[in-house]
Amino acid sequence: MELLLAITIGVLVSTSVYLMLDRNVLRFLFGLVLLSNAVNLLIFTGGRLTAGAPPLIDAGEYAPTGVVANALPQALVLTAIVIGFGLLAFTLALVYRTYMTLGTVNSDEMRVAEPADESKLDTGRLGMGKANPAKPATGQEAGI
Amino acid sequence: MADDYPKVDRVMGGAAGWISIAFPSILFLYFLGLLPQIALGPQVHGIDWVPSLGINLSVLLDGLSMTFVLLITGIGAAVTLYSARYLGQHPDYPRFVSYLLMFMVGMLGLVLADNLIMLFVFWEITTIASYLLIGFNADSAKSRRSALQALLVTGTGGLILLGGMIVLGNVAGTFQLSEILTQGDMLRAHPWYLAILLLFLAGTFTKSAQVPFHFWLPNAMAAPTPVSAYLHSATMVKAGIFLMARMNPALGGTDAWFWILTLFGGVTAVFASVMAMRQTDIKQVLAYTTLMALGTLTMFLGAGTHYAIMAAMLFLVVHSLYKAALFLMIGIVDHATGTREAGVLGGLSKAMPLTGLAAALAAISMAGIPPMVGFIGKEFMYKAGLGLEGFGAFWVTIMAFAASVMMFAVGGIVALKPFRGDLRPTPTEPHEGPWPMLAGPLVLGALSLIFGLVPGVLGYYLVGPATHAVFGEVREVHLYLWGGVNMALILSLLTFLAGWLVYRRHEAIRTRLAAFEARNPVDFDAGWDRLLEGFKAFAAWQTRLIQNGSLQRYMAVTFGTFVVLVGGTYLIKGAFRSGLSLTTEGIHPVQWAVLGLIAAGAMLTVWTHSRMTAVAAMGVTGIGVALIFIMFSAPDVAITQLLVEVLVVVLVSVVMLRLPYLPRRSKATFRAGHAMIAGGMGLVTTFLMISVLATDFDRRLTTFFEAASYPEAYGRNIVNVILVDFRALDTFGEVTVVAIAAIAAFALLRGMSTRRKPEEES
Amino acid sequence: MQSLILTTTTRLLAALLLMFSIYALLRGHNLPGGGFIGGLIGATAFILYTIATSVDEARAALRIDPSNLAILGVGVAALAGLGAGFAGDPFFTGQWLFLFQDGDSYIPLSTVLVFDIGVYMAVFGGILTLVFAMEQEI
Repeated sequence: MELLLAITIGVLVSTSVYLMLDRNVLRFLFGLVLLSNAVNLLIFTGGRLTAGAPPLIDAGEYAPTGVVANALPQALVLTAIVIGFGLLAFTLALVYRTYMTLGTVNSDEMRVAEPADESKLDTGRLGMGKANPAKPATGQEAGI
Repeated sequence: MADDYPKVDRVMGGAAGWISIAFPSILFLYFLGLLPQIALGPQVHGIDWVPSLGINLSVLLDGLSMTFVLLITGIGAAVTLYSARYLGQHPDYPRFVSYLLMFMVGMLGLVLADNLIMLFVFWEITTIASYLLIGFNADSAKSRRSALQALLVTGTGGLILLGGMIVLGNVAGTFQLSEILTQGDMLRAHPWYLAILLLFLAGTFTKSAQVPFHFWLPNAMAAPTPVSAYLHSATMVKAGIFLMARMNPALGGTDAWFWILTLFGGVTAVFASVMAMRQTDIKQVLAYTTLMALGTLTMFLGAGTHYAIMAAMLFLVVHSLYKAALFLMIGIVDHATGTREAGVLGGLSKAMPLTGLAAALAAISMAGIPPMVGFIGKEFMYKAGLGLEGFGAFWVTIMAFAASVMMFAVGGIVALKPFRGDLRPTPTEPHEGPWPMLAGPLVLGALSLIFGLVPGVLGYYLVGPATHAVFGEVREVHLYLWGGVNMALILSLLTFLAGWLVYRRHEAIRTRLAAFEARNPVDFDAGWDRLLEGFKAFAAWQTRLIQNGSLQRYMAVTFGTFVVLVGGTYLIKGAFRSGLSLTTEGIHPVQWAVLGLIAAGAMLTVWTHSRMTAVAAMGVTGIGVALIFIMFSAPDVAITQLLVEVLVVVLVSVVMLRLPYLPRRSKATFRAGHAMIAGGMGLVTTFLMISVLATDFDRRLTTFFEAASYPEAYGRNIVNVILVDFRALDTFGEVTVVAIAAIAAFALLRGMSTRRKPEEES
Repeated sequence: MQSLILTTTTRLLAALLLMFSIYALLRGHNLPGGGFIGGLIGATAFILYTIATSVDEARAALRIDPSNLAILGVGVAALAGLGAGFAGDPFFTGQWLFLFQDGDSYIPLSTVLVFDIGVYMAVFGGILTLVFAMEQEI
C-alpha cells in the first residue's frame, strides 16, 4: 500500500506542478489546491500507516493499548489543512481582485510593476554610468 | 556660490561649526601632549570587544600612528575652521559637518587600531564618509557619478583587503597588529605570503589611487574644496600608504614587495606628474600632484631601506603640509575670483597678498627649494634612491628626479603665475579672503618654513619614531638642511634647472599633451564607464533571463531547479532504498478504488476546460484523500479534510461565477517542457517517498506523546492533546495565520461590489 | 435562492449543526473533535444558513462581526497561554482544575479548554469573515 500511495502522491505532485506552470492564474490556483493535498498525504504517509487503530486512549487506561497510529503527523496535517484553506481563500480573493482591477487572469498580462518594455525603467536615477539627461544638474558642477 | 561670500547670519556655521572645530583641535592638543612619551617608544592599550573571534578594541600608538594622528587632527582643525566660513551659510552645512566628523573618527580609528578587523571597520567608515562628501552636491550628476566611482573602486579594494586580513590573521594566529608585526620572518617564508601581499596591495592601491586604479581621485575633486584638501590629499588617500607602512615589518623586504611597490609607485608618480601638466583647472593640477606624491611614497616604501623609509615618512609630512595649504589657497582664489583656470588667473598678489604669501610658502616647499622642509624631503629622497643597489637605484632615482622636476614646474603654475604680473580680468573682483580661511594655509605654510629651519625637532618627535615603527628596528634619524656638496645636492640643482625650463614652456607642453590625449585610445575613466555599462548589461541580461516578470517562468525555474538538484543528488549518491513489498497482494479493492479516485480527480482537473468540472474533480481528489485518512486511523484529520473540502467548493464556486471561462486549449498548446518538469517533480517525489518509507522509523517522539498524553495532559485524544497542549504555541501561530488570512482577504474584497465589473462595462 | 422548504429546514439544521459543533469542541480532548473541527462545523452551519437566506440575515443571526470574533479567538488563545505564566510555569503549560471530584467523576476545567475555545472562535470567525465577504462582494 505504501508503494501505491507513493505513486499516487507522485501523480498528484505532477498534475499540480503542471497546473501551476499555467499562465492562467485560475489553473495555478487549482494546482495549489492539489499540491496541498499531495503534501498533506506525503506527511501523513511519512509517519507510517496503521489501519484500524486511531490514536485514542481507552477509558480507564493511562496509555494506548497496543500499537496505535502515529499521532504527530496527524496533528501536523490537521493544522496544515486549515492553514492551506486560509491560503487558498486569500489567493482566491487576490485572483478575483486582480481580475476586477486588471481585467485578466493571464499572469503574463499582469505587468503593472514590471513593464515588459524595459525602456520605461528609469535607471538614470540610480546615479550609475551616464547621467540621466532628463534631469539637468543643478548647482555647481565641481567645488562649491 | 562662487560669486561672493554669503551674508553672515550663522556665525562660523553655528553650533555645528564650533563643534567641528573644537573636536579636532582638542584632540590635536591632547595627542601633542603625548608626543614626548611616544618618541621614546610605542604604547598599546586595549579592551575586549568580540573575544570569541579575537577582535579587540585596542589602540596601538607609535611613531607612525602618532604622525598620522597629528596630521589628521591638525589639518582637520585647519579645514574645519576654513569650512565654517566657506560653507557655514550652506543650508546643508550641519550635514556636511557630520560627514566630516564621521570621516575624522574613521580615520583616527584606522591609524590607531591595533586589531586588523577593527582597522578594516574604520577603513570602510572612511570609504563611506568619502562617498558622502564627494557626493555632497547631490544635485549634480557629476558629483554623484564621482562619488559612486570612488565608493566602488575603494570599496572593492576594501573587500579584497578584508580577504587578505582574514588569511593573514589565520596564518599568524592573531588579529592583533602588535603581535603580527613581530612575526615578519615566519610570514615572509609562509607559502601564502604572496597571496596575502597581493590581497593587501589591492586594498592599498585602490585606496591610495595607484595606477591603474588612479582615475577616481581626480574625479573626487567634485567634492567641496575643503574636502579635497582634507580627504583627497592630506589624509584618506594616505590610508593606503599608512597600511603599507604599517605592514612593512610583517610583509616588507621581499623581492615581490620591492618590485611591485617601486614599479607601481614609480609609474604612478611619473604618469601623474605628466597628467598634472596637462590640466588647466588648478584644482585638477593639484589632484594629479597628489597622485604623484602617493606614487612617490609607495615607491620609497617599496625600496625598504632605512633611508628610503625615512625619506617616505619625511615626505609624508612635507606633502601633507604644503598640499593642504595649496588646496585651501585655491579655494580662496576660487571664491574671490570665480575661476580656477590657470590661463585666466594672473596678478592677484596686490588684491590678495596674504593668500599669495601662503601660496608662495607652500609652493616653494613643493618645489623643494631651500630653506623649506620640502628641500630636505627631496634631498633625502635622492640620497635614499642613490643608496639602493642595481637597477633599483637607477629606477627609483630617475623616477624621483622626474617627479621632482614636474613638482617644481607645477609649483610655478599654481602659486607663481596666478599672483605675478598684471591683474587679469576675472569673473568677479578679486579681494582678500577672511581670516578663518587664511589661517589654515598660512599656518601650514609657516610650518613648512619652520620645519625647514629646525629639522631636528621634526626628526626627533615625528619622522624618527615613525621610521622606527615602519622599519621595525631603532636607528638614528638625523635631519639637516645642509649636508655639504654631494650627489643629492647636484641632483637638486639639476632639478631646479630642468623644472624652470619646464615651467617656462609649460603652455606649449600642455598643448602637446592635450593633442596627444585626444589621440590616445587608453582612457581609464571611459573604461570605467564601459565596465559599469557591462555590469549593468549583464545584470539586465540575467534579470531578463531569470526574473522576467513571468509567473510561469519563476515556477519553471523553481521546480526545474528542485528536480535537477534533488533528483541529481539522489542519482549521484545512489540513495534509492527499497524494503517495500512490490506485490499488490492484500490490498483491498476499496483501497485501489480510493487511490484511483485521487489520481483520476487530479488528472481530470488538468484535462478539463470546464471550471465546474475542475472544481468537482478537485473535490473528488480531496474526498479521496479524506478516505485515506479514515482508512489509516486518522478520524480528526479526515473530518477536518471533509469539512474543508466542502468550504473550498463553496468558495471556489462563488468566485468562479465572476471569473472568465478557462480558455479552450488545442493540442498544440500542450506544454512539453512543462510536462517534463511536472513529471520530474512527480518522479523525484515518488522515489524520495519510497526511500523514506524504506528506512527505519524513529518513533521516540510519538512514544513520548502517547505515554504522556493522559498522565500529564489529562487527554485521551492524543492528536488534540498535541495540538492544544504539547504544541500549543504552534497552534496559536496557526490560528493567528488563519485569522490574518481571513481579514486580509476581507480587506481585498471590501467595496468590490460597488465597482463596475469588467463584463458589465462592455 | 428562495425556497421555502430549504429555508425552513435550514433553520433547524443550522441550529443542530451549531450545537453539534460545540459538542465536538468540548469532547475534543478525549475523542475525535476539538477546536479546529468544531469551528469548521459551526462555520458550515452558518454558511448553510447564508445560502438558504442571505448574508445580511446570517450576519444578523450571528450578532457579532465574524472578523471581531476571529481576533477575539486569537486573543482568548493567547490569554489561555499567558495564564500559565501566573502560575509560574512556562507559557502554554496547561493548568487544570478538577471540580466536584468524587472518585473518577469530576468536571475538569483547564486553560487547555480555554485555548481550544479560542481556536474554535478563530477558525469559526475567520472562515465566516471570508465567506461573508465573498458572498457579499462578489
